[in-house]
Amino acid sequence: MKRRRSALCFLALGVAFFAACRGDRSETDLTLAGSTSIQPFADRWAEIFMARHPDLGVDVQGGGSSAGIQACKSGACQVGMSSRELKGDEKDLYEIVVARDGLAIIVHPSNPVRGLKVAEVKQIFAGDLTRWGDLGGPDKPITVVTREEGSGTRGAFQELVMGKTRIFRGAITEDSNGTVREIVTHDPAAIGFISLGLVNDQVRALALDGAAATDENIGNGSYKLVRPFLFVSRGEPTGLAKAFIEFILSDEGQALVKEEGLLPVR
Amino acid sequence: MDKPAKKKGGSRLERNDRLVRLALLVVAFSAVSVLLVITVFIVGQGMPIMFRYGLKSFLAGSSWYPSEKLFGLWPMIVGSLAVTAGALVIGVPLGLSCAVVLTEFSSKRVRGIIKPIVELLAGIPSVVYGFIGVIILVPFIRNTFGGPGLSVLAAAIILGVMILPTIISISVDSLQAVPPSYREGSIALGATRWQTVKMVLFPAARSGIIASIILGMGRAVGETMATIMVAGNAAEVPRSLLAPVRTLTSNVALEMSYATGEHREALFATGVVLFVIIMILNTIANATSAKRRKQP
Repeated sequence: MKRRRSALCFLALGVAFFAACRGDRSETDLTLAGSTSIQPFADRWAEIFMARHPDLGVDVQGGGSSAGIQACKSGACQVGMSSRELKGDEKDLYEIVVARDGLAIIVHPSNPVRGLKVAEVKQIFAGDLTRWGDLGGPDKPITVVTREEGSGTRGAFQELVMGKTRIFRGAITEDSNGTVREIVTHDPAAIGFISLGLVNDQVRALALDGAAATDENIGNGSYKLVRPFLFVSRGEPTGLAKAFIEFILSDEGQALVKEEGLLPVR
Repeated sequence: MDKPAKKKGGSRLERNDRLVRLALLVVAFSAVSVLLVITVFIVGQGMPIMFRYGLKSFLAGSSWYPSEKLFGLWPMIVGSLAVTAGALVIGVPLGLSCAVVLTEFSSKRVRGIIKPIVELLAGIPSVVYGFIGVIILVPFIRNTFGGPGLSVLAAAIILGVMILPTIISISVDSLQAVPPSYREGSIALGATRWQTVKMVLFPAARSGIIASIILGMGRAVGETMATIMVAGNAAEVPRSLLAPVRTLTSNVALEMSYATGEHREALFATGVVLFVIIMILNTIANATSAKRRKQP
């Protein structure tokens, strides 16, 4: 823990150093740091934003949600990006939801199981529930497909479904949303999780606790597996940060969100 | 030496000769230095964490949860060995029989067709093997034997095929290197061709055949792409041939993209373990082929 904190400080220092090198260009230069899940989208937004304002610079860095929040708190970057909810003393930061990412639990279309309780999903991925027969399906062993350690999608699933429980060791592990979907497409007994935007008609997204995985249910909060993509800052953003966030929340910015398979916030 | 070098055409040639020799030496050393750099880098990045958490918990620990600081490589070590052993069980009998057929039981024309095809097999990229494995082999295993299909068995079969060219071409070479007088003597004593193969050729070409098997083993241990695609990559010691398995190479390739801090170091440590295993195999291969050279 101690090591981790010092690593964070180090990173924050590094970012601070870079920011310092740029001197007083904060009026024309914006630095974002944080979640690697948001980074590719932020890069796209920054690209379009800078094309429109050639005199302004937007610099997007990765590092992970926690590092981004920390860097923002310390003032090393103006805006932190987080793909998880703020917790504890992070909550005094100003947060803006720029997009949402739904997490779908997917099975083969031939699977008669249409929905599960979140608790059942947890038991399946913990390796305690091993047969579809116990869930009203055919009496076949469940093929559990998960993502590799370090993946943001796995992190979100861990947080939203598993809590402190581990995903069991025997789960098949793949390194992209695409391969997880590919395996579930071909294995009638498989179950996996992918980003909601990537669900196609070759797999079925399960309803959870009775709520189908639709934009509507996510909007009214009955479908629970949603993670926010947050931008955080110290106090209400001003100047360039404000302009950039306004651009993201505009129709054009949100159209891009939809295009990339995320859920717009408006 | 230097004085005449400045005088005449012949000595200029000599000087050029020396220059070329020097240049080639530099090239040779640059290849070696790459190995040196890789070794230093991997060991430097991977060793500290192994000692920080203890060698025993690293090599014998059975839980791989880097986010909880649990770095047990035991399932991956077993996985690599299981998959490699499976590949040898499939590849060695097939490869050796093929080599015997090619050298002893086929006409020159047949050999002229089969040998280039076998060599072509070596040129197929591993991702293509993996793809065919996923599309054809995995569903076949799932439908025939049950389980997820992504399994030790699938990986063993794919790797078994992948090491065939190595085993066949080196075995063919060493079988062909057996002096014809051995064969003639054996036949003259009344042995059949099969008896000749079994009792004369195999013992005479033994060390070459062993070297071919060990080189094939090295290829199987090191293969990554095809294994990731068909093995299922569960970080657990497989309980059956139909269970998914993760090898050392898959472990690195699978998690490298998002790994940071100690997780990343642990992946380098995985590389160190792999490196040691490959070194051991290569040393054995060198030792057996050195023995072959000493034989009359």
